[in-house]
Parts: sequence; C-alpha cells; structure tokens
Amino acid sequence: MASAPSSTSGLRRPDSGPHLPDDARHLVKILVAGPFGVGKTTLIDSVSEIKPLHTEEHLTEASVAVDDLAGVRDKTTTTVAIDFGRISLGGGVVLYLFGTPGQERFRSLWAEIAYGALGALVLVDTRRLDDSFGVLGLVEETGLPYAVALNVFPDARPYTDEQLRGALDLEPGTPMVTCDARDTNSSLDALITLVQHLIERKDA
Amino acid sequence: MTPRRAGRPLVPAYLSTGGVARPSRGSLERLSVLTRTDLARTDPVRSAASAPAELSAAQHALLDALGGGSLTVVEAAVLLELPVSAIRVLADALTDQGLLRARPPVPVSDLPDYDLLKRVADGLRALKH
Repeated sequence: MASAPSSTSGLRRPDSGPHLPDDARHLVKILVAGPFGVGKTTLIDSVSEIKPLHTEEHLTEASVAVDDLAGVRDKTTTTVAIDFGRISLGGGVVLYLFGTPGQERFRSLWAEIAYGALGALVLVDTRRLDDSFGVLGLVEETGLPYAVALNVFPDARPYTDEQLRGALDLEPGTPMVTCDARDTNSSLDALITLVQHLIERKDA
Repeated sequence: MTPRRAGRPLVPAYLSTGGVARPSRGSLERLSVLTRTDLARTDPVRSAASAPAELSAAQHALLDALGGGSLTVVEAAVLLELPVSAIRVLADALTDQGLLRARPPVPVSDLPDYDLLKRVADGLRALKH
C-alpha cells in the first residue's frame, strides 16, 4: 500500500471553494490511473489546490457501471469512490485529475471518465507489476495517450528501465519516469512529462 | 482508495430525481459547467415558500448551490452528496425549464489543441518550487 504519511499539497489554496473562478474557460482533465493502493490519491493530494474529493459511482450487480439511474432501485448495487483534485493553471485553464481504478469491472465507468481527457498518467508499483496490466490494457483500449510513473516504494527491488519496459510491454515512445507521489514537485514532474509527451505527439 | 463515507445518504439517488432515471438531454460531462440563469436569479427560488411548486427539493438544492457561482457537474455531485448520474438528470430538467445553463468543459473547437497543451505544461512548470 502507499502507506507513508500522505503529504499535503504544497499547492493547497485554503480559500479555494468548489465554485469556479469567473475566468475559468478551459477545464481539462488527466486520468491518474492505477490499481488499488498504488498511490493515486496520494499523487492527486500532493498537487491539488483542494483537498481531494470523491463521488460515489454506482456499479450494478453485474459489476457494470451505470451511466444513468435505471435499475438502481431494483438491483443490488455497489459503489466505488472516484477521487479527484483540481489545479488552477492561470489564463482560465483549470486541470482536473481523476483517480481511476484499473479493474476490468470498471470498464464502462472508465470510458465515461476518460471521455475528453487529455491523457493518462499510469501509476505503477514495481513490487506488483502484474497489477498494472489491467490498467494498461484499458488505457490502450480507450486510445488515451499515456505516460508511466513508477511510484517508488522503499522496499522495491531495483530493476533496470529496460527490464521494466519489457515487463510492462511499453512502446519505445511511451515515457516512463520515477516518481514519489507524496512529493509535490515529483508529482508535477510526472504530469509535465505526460503533457510534454502529448505536445510532442502533436508535433509529430 | 478513499474509504466510503459512513452511512447512507438520507435520500436515495433515484428519489432525488423523482424516479427519473435518464437525463432529458444527455450531453452533460463530468466537467460540464453549470450556471444559474438570470431567470433563476430573479425568481425567488431560494425561498421554498414562494418557489415554483414543480421544482423538487433536490432541484432547489442544486440551484441553491449554484447561487455561489458556477460549478462543474462533478463538484455539484460532491456538494449535494449525489452521484454524478443524478446531477445529470437534475441539471437537464432545470435546463429544460430555463433555470440553468450548461456549457462544455472546453469550447468544442479548441479540444485538445496544441496551444492548450502548451498552456497546461507551462502552468504546471510555473507551480514547481
């Protein structure tokens, strides 16, 4: 688990309420994707100007996300909490980060949250590489451009980049960086790597 | 993973919408921006006594929340402690009545253009310390 005490964002704005500034014209989102316990909320917390919030999303008995309320009354439903944070970037641009679990059973919820996203930062715990395969599959299926951030845990075995790229089956052009999700600057660097990758794809 | 909020909401989501399961317009995204219209502002909707009878408690609550300024769908969901799907239904119904206006997160023509990506990257770099 991402067990270390979660640091609070160095970017927190205590006066920042839920209402949008009048000049907010471009609301963009990036998915922070990864398996349970990899540190998604920690990363969001480390850069968000608001304390990360969450919405409850309904999943039906069949573990299919419902995008409307049909059937919710009759069926046994479970909910999953989707965390999000926010960063105002100036010039009317507001970036939202959505923590998105990677399990197959969240597939339709995934598609809905991914709609319109700029890209995804896939958080990987190198002690549990297998857990990330499902997430990577979903991201690739959605067609979202992505970068991989290795959330470094103290007891992780030291793999080489080549070993990790091989194990995760990454394309040569997919950025892979290490990241301490508790650290504001480190999380910002990982996000910048992703956005730079998105820019370079446009250039190409 | 964030632990679930303890207990159940006082009003089940499907009751908040009066049993309506699907939004009437169906184009709202998680980051669509909801704003009260002038009609809602001049109408004394904040006072339950004089409010139009056809508005439900949850619709009132949404308009009330928008009294402080615009909200994204997802932030309205947090404030009202309702699922995003319920906010979609409520917001579409209020839009139909001219009390609420919704706009997409990014002007459609701009998504996701090169210039916007540059602004995101520059904005993130400016936050490093």
